[in-house]
Amino acid sequence: MPKDGGIGESTKRREDIRFLTGEGRYTHDIELRGQAYVAFLRSNVAHGRIKGIDTRAAAAMPGVLAIFTGEDFTGMGGNPAGWLIQSRGGEAMKEPKRPVLAHGKVRHVGDAYAAVVAETLEQARDAAEAVVADIEELPAIVDMAAAVANPDHRVHDEIGNNVCFDWGWIEDNRAAVDAAFASAPHVSTLELTNNRLIPNAMEPRASIGDYDPGTGDYKLYTTSQNPHLTRLLIAAFVMAIPENKLTVIAPDVGGGFGSKIYHYGEEAVVLAAAKRLKRPVKWVADRSESFLSDAHGRDHVTKIQLACDMQGNMLAVRTETLANVGAYLSNFSTATPTFLHGTLMAGPYKTPLVYVNVKAVFTNTAPVDAYRGAGRPEATYSLERIVDIAARELGIDPWEMRKRNLIQADQFPYTTPVGLVYDTGNYPATLAKLEQIADKAGFAKRAAASKAKGKLRGLGLSTWIEACGIAPSNLVGVLGARVGLYDAATVRVNATGNISVMVGAHSHGQGHETVFPQIVADMLGVPASSIDIVHGDTSKIPFGMGSYGSRSLAVCGTAMVKAVDKIIAKGKKIAAHMLEAAEGDIEFKDGSFAVAGTDKKKSFGEIAFSAYVPHNYPLETLEPGLEETAFYDPANFTYPAGAYACEVEVDPDTGKVQIMSFAAADDFGNVINPMIVEGQVHGGVGQGIGQALLELGHYDANGQLLTGSYMDYAMPRADDVPFYTTDHSCNTPCTHNPLGAKGCGEAGAIGSPPAVVNAVVDALQRGGMKHVNHVEMPLSPARVWAAMQK
Amino acid sequence: MYDFGFVRPTTLADAVKAMAAEDAQALGGGQTLIPTLKSRLASPALLVSLNGIAEIKGICRNDAGHLCIGGGTTHAAVAAGGGDYPALAALAGGIGDPAVRNRGTIGGSLANNDPAACYPAAVLASGAVVVTNTRQIKAEDYFQGMFTTALEPGEIIIEVKFPVPQKANYQKFLQPASRFAMVGVFVAKYADGVRVAVTGASNGGVFRWKAAEKALSADFSAAAIGGLSASADNLIADLHGSAVYRAHLIKVMTGRAVTAAG
Repeated sequence: MPKDGGIGESTKRREDIRFLTGEGRYTHDIELRGQAYVAFLRSNVAHGRIKGIDTRAAAAMPGVLAIFTGEDFTGMGGNPAGWLIQSRGGEAMKEPKRPVLAHGKVRHVGDAYAAVVAETLEQARDAAEAVVADIEELPAIVDMAAAVANPDHRVHDEIGNNVCFDWGWIEDNRAAVDAAFASAPHVSTLELTNNRLIPNAMEPRASIGDYDPGTGDYKLYTTSQNPHLTRLLIAAFVMAIPENKLTVIAPDVGGGFGSKIYHYGEEAVVLAAAKRLKRPVKWVADRSESFLSDAHGRDHVTKIQLACDMQGNMLAVRTETLANVGAYLSNFSTATPTFLHGTLMAGPYKTPLVYVNVKAVFTNTAPVDAYRGAGRPEATYSLERIVDIAARELGIDPWEMRKRNLIQADQFPYTTPVGLVYDTGNYPATLAKLEQIADKAGFAKRAAASKAKGKLRGLGLSTWIEACGIAPSNLVGVLGARVGLYDAATVRVNATGNISVMVGAHSHGQGHETVFPQIVADMLGVPASSIDIVHGDTSKIPFGMGSYGSRSLAVCGTAMVKAVDKIIAKGKKIAAHMLEAAEGDIEFKDGSFAVAGTDKKKSFGEIAFSAYVPHNYPLETLEPGLEETAFYDPANFTYPAGAYACEVEVDPDTGKVQIMSFAAADDFGNVINPMIVEGQVHGGVGQGIGQALLELGHYDANGQLLTGSYMDYAMPRADDVPFYTTDHSCNTPCTHNPLGAKGCGEAGAIGSPPAVVNAVVDALQRGGMKHVNHVEMPLSPARVWAAMQK
Repeated sequence: MYDFGFVRPTTLADAVKAMAAEDAQALGGGQTLIPTLKSRLASPALLVSLNGIAEIKGICRNDAGHLCIGGGTTHAAVAAGGGDYPALAALAGGIGDPAVRNRGTIGGSLANNDPAACYPAAVLASGAVVVTNTRQIKAEDYFQGMFTTALEPGEIIIEVKFPVPQKANYQKFLQPASRFAMVGVFVAKYADGVRVAVTGASNGGVFRWKAAEKALSADFSAAAIGGLSASADNLIADLHGSAVYRAHLIKVMTGRAVTAAG
């Protein structure tokens, strides 16, 4: 193992030095010569018909270079949904066109309908105020149930109602599930809302369009989690720019959480403007624009039912969900509430029968798409709430209820009734570990201490599973995916022995620049400090699909391992020639190629040098150079799983919830850098606590976003979260990738909200408020207090 | 931000002169005004910074025993130097975050009169006097509703005079997002009676809970208000809580302030 950081070491994040010293290079840090600025005009009504846009006065304002409206883009394609969903009857989902700029109608507050380009940002903003838009306000469609019930008021006039699709999973199982419910000894029912969240990455979205009139080449600098996907969407669907004429660069990106997966219209506008003006055009969202126009997350209303026998054995699960997709279909908006949600509804349990129904609904609100966890938090929340409720109704300890129903370690691979095959896991082990690290045995004593100071203490848990690294491409293609879900890496050993690794994954906070070199260093026996990761630039990296869905390590990391394997294989050939031995006799170990059973060997550096200065080299049979590329398409999803426990104190006078402790026992498979994994859990749980207690994207009945700033949108802060207790000693390595890695990025946000809510309900129940079996997220003091009354 | 002129006078007299200009706007610590300007929600022709005026900064005791705080004194300075009135110093130390406290001023806060600001509760509960370049205004007369005060255009707060109570305490229940006061209650016990002022809760801005004052003047204990309930009439109802919830919090926070005051 190399001295400065191999697999399993908590190497400090090398990228943090530049981030923390202000030397990061984000899109807004890039200043191109002759750069102009764009300001967008955004609808202040939720729904309206554009009757006219008068730009004459604005065009005459100082510094104005160009003004664009929806008319300028009518010849272009629409921004597509990446996944075709079929309704229960086999009908394809409804796909209204998503234009670059609103045309004909505006469909949500913040919907951009014009763009002003000027010499300076202030001039662009001044001129934007002089644009006169005649927009006839139409009734806003906000409430999902009303949107379904009233097809005469439509977000998109061209489709017959507001339902994008009505999806059943698995439809063939429906009758059996219904029959199980009809004969079940006990049925628990809960209606709940999974609150809309607004992502709030630290860096707002930003884009710079650049055009070279000499070559006809476009360049887009943008805040993206997946530059190749963005290039593909712009090239193949929206602007018809040949892919070879468009470079997309996502430099340092300050957080994504899903919201920067998608292609947004602003990117097309800066490219079109750059071409028309023959000069670079920059846009940087301010925080208000981020609130209004980033894709939001979650926003489900669900009825879930659980059928059990009287011993708490789970017999069947049935759900009906309305999933808000907002005004337009964002790129993954149709996959999120279906194949990332319904397929997870078995959870870690043996429940033999599960049926999920999801209706996706258009409303006059910002588009909703994947946000850290993406569908899996919604599934986990519904399931873990109803399991707790059933346990309470049956008089079974919620920990015991779960123990009775978890899939056992010897049952893998396990095929669920919702179409997944879990490859490996040990759910009882993580639950047992949780019981220990959360000190369940000491809870009664802590509850008594809380009671003595006038507080209600509660303990809640969740046992969760997720599916990461969506795959394989041929299967998801059958299910409606319109892209492949492989990834790619190129390992370039330079002549002097140091290494550049070009990866399709994109790091926007995750730490790839540290973790990926650890793996290569471990495999090649060279120092990690001699290895650099190159990412985020389509002109430099192979065609990869970027980072989302906790996929980077399991998918792109595996591609990188395969490329390193090829490097080693080629190195053996070179070494065999140099050492005058048979290739089969060469062993690669500790950074040296040696002839087995002898002391004859060549260092990795000598082999690399020989590859580029091939004086003593088998040129007849082997190409010079030492650079290999691999693409990897996984055989299956990976299935991280775990068990979380939360302890809260509720102030009975005010309803305020304080989280006293949070314990997480996770199974992420093999862990490359434990410190970074722990950090991912901390961040994910923090976001989950934010969802459970604080965050709410709320539109009023007129479609105005009432939580459009930090004055009303409550982000979790340091004193809202506890010190965490984490553990990943119960790891079961993934069986189908060489790293044995499963992914850890989303876990915290998936498993934590139900643990928090279960804890609060437990506290109120223990406090004698037996009428409280549920409180809707976020559990603000006002909501908890209101639930406690009567 | 729209274009504007900017002056930074060093004397009160020059500041008063500058404020006579059309669309002039006084700038204290700028913790509300600067974000407002950045959002293009205000367009003053001239910003008159009060930050360079030494004569309106600082804390002292006057002959009547009042704690006198210059209008340009920052929250951090009051937190550090208001030890003669510990409840007031604690209130100042709990406003916003360190960046806000190092820039924001008592004069700026009172001139803005945000209905969720902390200082108005202390000023009203203390029966303080707001001193301007032209007159002295009693707290009862000064606060005239949400973002509305007795200040005339161009008038500058130069000092606030606080009678120092025997006992006092401020309890703030945070609005979860902004962390302004959702309900803030300042209780001050003087020789001639108890005053209770509530901020954050009302559509009308800071107000006195007189029923509680009467009960606490007779018996300064949390139990004394046990039979009372604050009226929910005209209280704010929003995403963060109903009027009934805020009324409930007024009672809870009042009781806690009394207990903490000792």
